[in-house]
Amino acid sequence: MKWKFSDDVPIYLQIIERMKVDIVSGKYESGDKLPAVRDLAMEAGVNPNTVQRSYAELERQGLVQSERTSGRFVSIDDQKMKELRKELAKDYIEELFVRLKSLGMDDLAIKDAVNNWEDE
Amino acid sequence: METLVCEGLSKDYGKLRALDRVDLRLEEGKIVGLLGPNGSGKTTLIKLAARLLVPSEGNVTICGEVPSEKTKAIVSYLPDRNFLPEYMNGEELVAMYKDFFADFDENRAYEMLGSLDIDLKMPLRKMSKGTKEKVQLILTMSRKAKLYLLDEPIAGVDPAARDYILRTIISNYDENATVLISTHLIADVENVLDEAIFLKQGRVILHKSVDEIKESTGQSVDEYFREVFAC
Repeated sequence: MKWKFSDDVPIYLQIIERMKVDIVSGKYESGDKLPAVRDLAMEAGVNPNTVQRSYAELERQGLVQSERTSGRFVSIDDQKMKELRKELAKDYIEELFVRLKSLGMDDLAIKDAVNNWEDE
Repeated sequence: METLVCEGLSKDYGKLRALDRVDLRLEEGKIVGLLGPNGSGKTTLIKLAARLLVPSEGNVTICGEVPSEKTKAIVSYLPDRNFLPEYMNGEELVAMYKDFFADFDENRAYEMLGSLDIDLKMPLRKMSKGTKEKVQLILTMSRKAKLYLLDEPIAGVDPAARDYILRTIISNYDENATVLISTHLIADVENVLDEAIFLKQGRVILHKSVDEIKESTGQSVDEYFREVFAC
């Protein structure tokens, strides 16, 4: 998939989010190797230091482990997966609420709309 | 380690002060954007670092040394205009660079010239403006320098070639080199920058990491620039 970045959020955060989505969606499984920093930087057209920063943060959050010589690997178990899915879902739901509130809907109206969405 | 340091650096052209008490420290491993409107002093600053100009006041050092023949061996400079003999073709230019610069990697140059389908037998004078710029940039980036000074490297080339050139820059500099890119095409380069410097009337009015600018303003560097320099 091509990389597209929005203007207003630091790129390293956008890469982290994209990696998390790829992990939750199963594109990356536990034990899979992440692309080398420079390869990903080239592919995405961003600075290698930016990719480095994203990887360091993913590592800090315990989603990625680095092996001294062979690279970085996804490291996730069922429990962490659940938490990660919850974390990402929370962000999307927050965004949904913010957007719908800007349209003048209150919490109840939004919940109704979400319930009805399923039926449609 | 700091690659480029400016302290109270000023440059006068007659009565015009082109650069006014600039203090800057650029670390190794960074790609830095030198951004500012026309006439803000970008080219003057780069020429001082390349030792084409001598400071009126203050000083500039490269890896701790005052610009000299010695620093020219570790600085790879791309001027903002044609600087190569027009009668030479790609092959001859590569040979010349190999002669002049010990850190020049011939294979790297040929590889890039090849991937941009540049005819090695065509003299520079027969090439389009964009193609000439590509050749110049390839030669500049094929050196293993400590400091790359790129003065408007992408102004004359099409968007697809711009992407290629930026990727060339990302893939060719190594962790202990610094790349300083002057441009006003901010939107095109900001994704590859670590830091941005804003120059206004010869003064540095901002020097921050790109992430910091985005986090504190909620804007891209391009949007923020337009706000700061609104006419």
